[in-house]
Amino acid sequence: MSVLSLPAQVTPAPAAALRPVPWHRMIWVTWRQHRGMLIGLTAVYAAVSAFLLIAGLKAHHAYAAVASCHPAISDACNTLNNNFGSTYWTMANTTGIFMNLLPALVGAFTGAQILAAELETGTFRYAWTQGIGRIRWTIAKLTLLAVVITVLSWAFSQLFAWFYDPFLGRSAGLTVLAEGVFDTRGIDFAARTLVAFTIGAFLGMLIRRTVPAMAATLGVYLGLKLLVWLVLREDYPVAINTSGAVPLNTQQSAPATMPWILKTWTVGTTNWTRYIPVSRFWPMQFIESGWLLLLSVLLIAATVHLVRRRAA
Amino acid sequence: MNVIETTGLGKRYGKSWALLDCSIAVPAGRLAALVGPNGAGKSTLMNMTVGLTVPTDGTVTVLDGTPIGSPEALDGIAFMAQDAPVYKNLSVADMLHLTHNLNRRFDAAYARTRLTDLGIPLKKKAGKLSGGQQSQVALTVALARHPRLLILDEPLSSLDPLARQDFMATVMTAMTDDGVSVLLSSHALADLERVADYLIVLGGGQLRLAGETDDLLAEHQVLTGPAADADRLASQLAPVQDKRAGAQAHLLVRNGGPDAQPVPPSWEPHPVGLEELVLAYLRPAANPASRTSLSEVSS
Repeated sequence: MSVLSLPAQVTPAPAAALRPVPWHRMIWVTWRQHRGMLIGLTAVYAAVSAFLLIAGLKAHHAYAAVASCHPAISDACNTLNNNFGSTYWTMANTTGIFMNLLPALVGAFTGAQILAAELETGTFRYAWTQGIGRIRWTIAKLTLLAVVITVLSWAFSQLFAWFYDPFLGRSAGLTVLAEGVFDTRGIDFAARTLVAFTIGAFLGMLIRRTVPAMAATLGVYLGLKLLVWLVLREDYPVAINTSGAVPLNTQQSAPATMPWILKTWTVGTTNWTRYIPVSRFWPMQFIESGWLLLLSVLLIAATVHLVRRRAA
Repeated sequence: MNVIETTGLGKRYGKSWALLDCSIAVPAGRLAALVGPNGAGKSTLMNMTVGLTVPTDGTVTVLDGTPIGSPEALDGIAFMAQDAPVYKNLSVADMLHLTHNLNRRFDAAYARTRLTDLGIPLKKKAGKLSGGQQSQVALTVALARHPRLLILDEPLSSLDPLARQDFMATVMTAMTDDGVSVLLSSHALADLERVADYLIVLGGGQLRLAGETDDLLAEHQVLTGPAADADRLASQLAPVQDKRAGAQAHLLVRNGGPDAQPVPPSWEPHPVGLEELVLAYLRPAANPASRTSLSEVSS
């Protein structure tokens, strides 16, 4: 009756001949185990994207009318401009705040459960005693999910950046460098989602319970965000010190291209200004995304270390 | 050839030792029963054997000296943890495919045939199956890996009598057909009495007894004789268990093999049952340290 026909005596191969289970097997494993999560994330991004697309087309259309209105100082143009502001300003602000919180939510709902759920349900005793080994299992799973989530988030943030373009310059300092705007465009949003995901994965392994790990992920991510806003970003090596006039520093000329004035001080009779011109957007993006990526890699390494060290 | 070898193995959680100074050598080809009450250290010992727990003290190797956690050890050992964890949201077919992907070897045909024979639908979610069926799924995916050593942590405790019988039948078939060695833990000895050919008894985190079942049964006997004479004999034979009932005394002694001591003619030897033997070793007095002190008091 039994189909088991392989005698154990011939099964053990010499140690040298034992090839590890190939990495690519983890692709199916990761997809099957986390497809619900990935589909859910895609659905959220798709739903918000649909809204951004529809609202964005309207806003761009209305903005085009404002921009092409001539002469710009006429009453008619002013009314057009004010109407644009009153119709879309709240929406732009709300979606902007939502976009700033989104990486934390993604990290909490995707990263935190990956290991915490295994530990909570006891299935890690199955997963970590299979032939592939727990180190490979962890590295492959976290890397695959991190890449997919980062790419999805990058694509999504491109749409948001387009949606938000008409609102740049509508208030003083609202440029691509502004806190909360810089974070949602370029590659920064993707890097932030990645770091939130790895924070979630790490805390899930550290705390071992899903819900507390999710809460901790939100807290740690927002703490990191504040740290960047209040402390780190001003010190990126892109700022310029000048004792002369700051170029383009006039509200009227082009508000969206106004530089970010960090501070002014006086030495003797000379007034100094430290500022970041809008043209430094990409260097700043690469600096911030770079260290966020490095932090993510470190967090994955730390998570793998915890998995390796964990005593049941 | 030994499938498991431990030397002075110990695991401490905080200040208490879950397992202390445990040295065993389990030979291949056996169904080894790891018995003891809850909290005796059975799961701790098993978790250290499969690499889920890092020992505090001592060493453990598997499959002829292979280190824990090495690819060879992971490949050669299938472990079924307590409460048979399966991914409840995966279908049975997905559990098979998952295990297939996570291992070098997987006999998918065997797994499917066996589950079909058992009437377990492959399309059903694992979480919707009964406890017995979940155990059978976990056992099937473990066996389909064709391991050299199968480690089962309390696999029977959640099963009804019929499911226990089916489960053990599968294990025994795999032993005969595939030559797999088995280490199985249980706090209920009755399930294993007739099938275990190697016995490891743990109590209070300490090794109380280990050996081939037949040897252990042959070496132990209950001596029945006059209570008046019992203290003298007890000091001589250091009984595992000492029961007095009026004028009669029943001493369970380990007295066999070449070093067997002669028993006075007034004492009558009886063979001992496995359950009686294990229970005697699990009594606090059976702890080697406390037994010595008891016999010192009595002499």
